[in-house]
Amino acid sequence: MRSKDLGFRVATGAFALVLVALVCAIGFELARQSMASIQKFGFNFWRTDVWDPVAGQFGALPFIWGTLYSSILALAIATPIALGIAVFIAELCPAALRQPLVFLTELLAAIPSIVYGLWGIFVLVPAIRAFETSIPGALRQLPLFSGPPLGVGMLSAALILAVMVIPFTSSVSREVLKSVPAAQREGAYALGATRFEAIRAALYYARTGIVGAVMLGFGRALGETMAVTMVIGNNPRVSLSLFAPQYTMAAVIANEFTEAADELYLAALVEIGLVLFIITLVVNSLSRLLIWSMTRSAVVLQTPEPTETPAAA
Amino acid sequence: MSRTTRRKILSSAFVAFCAGSVIVALVPLGFILFFVITQGIRALNVAFFVHMPKPVGEPGGGMANAIVGTLMVSGLAALMAVPIGVVSGVYMSEYGGTKFASVIRFAADTLNGVPSIVIGVFAYGVAVLPFKQFSALAGGFALGVMMIPIIARTTEELLLLVPGAMREGALALGATRASAVFSVVLPAALPGIVTGIVLALARIAGETAPLLFTSFNNRFFTTDLRQPIATMTVQVFTYAISPYDDWHRQAWAGALVLVVIVLVCSLLARVATRRLERMHARG
Repeated sequence: MRSKDLGFRVATGAFALVLVALVCAIGFELARQSMASIQKFGFNFWRTDVWDPVAGQFGALPFIWGTLYSSILALAIATPIALGIAVFIAELCPAALRQPLVFLTELLAAIPSIVYGLWGIFVLVPAIRAFETSIPGALRQLPLFSGPPLGVGMLSAALILAVMVIPFTSSVSREVLKSVPAAQREGAYALGATRFEAIRAALYYARTGIVGAVMLGFGRALGETMAVTMVIGNNPRVSLSLFAPQYTMAAVIANEFTEAADELYLAALVEIGLVLFIITLVVNSLSRLLIWSMTRSAVVLQTPEPTETPAAA
Repeated sequence: MSRTTRRKILSSAFVAFCAGSVIVALVPLGFILFFVITQGIRALNVAFFVHMPKPVGEPGGGMANAIVGTLMVSGLAALMAVPIGVVSGVYMSEYGGTKFASVIRFAADTLNGVPSIVIGVFAYGVAVLPFKQFSALAGGFALGVMMIPIIARTTEELLLLVPGAMREGALALGATRASAVFSVVLPAALPGIVTGIVLALARIAGETAPLLFTSFNNRFFTTDLRQPIATMTVQVFTYAISPYDDWHRQAWAGALVLVVIVLVCSLLARVATRRLERMHARG
């Protein structure tokens, strides 16, 4: 019977190994396909900002800039909102509202990216264009608002990304808040704290996990493709302006991959994919590590005081 | 103003901010659903489901080929991902404490976080380039890669919910680990796992990026797995960035169908999980 159990373990383990093999295969395959570009351009690929496939010039700086800029802007908008939602659902809202609200916020994550993009093109972009036109001329002189009011551009992309990231950050923050021992809040209330002060104490206690939740959202924003491709304007130029059409790593792959006729062009696009893969890998791993260390330490801290809990409940 | 009043005001402001955040997030959701439903319904008719796309300039036509394509590509993905995902999930729940299980879990989470466009590039490299042909199979492979980690993690979570006494009972009666899992534990968790698979299917059916250069697109009706095939998402993308009003109309109709699929699956899953939770609560 022992040997049968061993057989079961090995057989199921072999299936599970597929997951590890896939992750390795993705890294290996992307590295292999981008070799031509890596050897030809080296690190200069990421330092130059001229992307001219016809002339054989490939500089990926505008894409990495666009990806980071749009994702960071999106996080700046989404994080306070996502945390507000997490606190509201985990700590403040009536029990009857909890499930419906969780369902609705998770619906935001379930709507396909292409639907966000379609809505972005026909509803958000015209609204943003109207907003950009209404900005007074004096403000337009600022580098942040320079350029013609096109609608498509960094601002539209950041807004749509923010909406798409909110459900991820808020659902993980909610889980993290749940793992904060009740004694933390009760202690604060016992000392006469207001609601805000007690929740602040809980948030402070959960800070590691919340940073993890924000990073998880960051990872999602970095790799988001369709919705961004459809509203960012697809112009490979480094610019600080929120109104300027720009480009992201994911978007350039989506748009140009099937057009990449020569080998070097294709290799350059795959290299962008490789770097996107590595960045998201690092960001996601860090985020998991933070969330995991938070939820694990919470369990450890709760156990040594069994006499306290019944009274608290 | 006394310090206490100030603290109370700050506290109320904070509560208001949190409630406001919920509203701020639900406004775009409402807007998106509103536009997709109103614009989509105007464009949706029987022809959308049964007719082929018409050439540019001729109004009317539908997405029959793309609907079949989405079903086929998602079906291929499920064929690949369900066995691998479920069995990996079994391994993670049965041998959860081992180091190897942590590695698998990490790989699953990593794979889950890989941007879908990167999966597309990978699938292009291993399933399109060697055959010099875009194909439905390549599209199914790309979506399958995305689906495996979702199913693996859901299966693991649901298996862990099954009371340990059930497994121990089977083992005590002399069952092998394999028969304990496949005839006792897995059947107990089956409704939940099926729900998870349906949700995963709904999610990958809405994917566009991994299909752009794997299954590509096709103006014609085909069920040949070795040929490029149209899918609803890629078709909506093509129509959305085109300059033609009639194509925009169809794009909205496609979006409505996609959203309805997601909504129905999410609602069904919610009902199913509720029933499961009640079952577990009763013991």
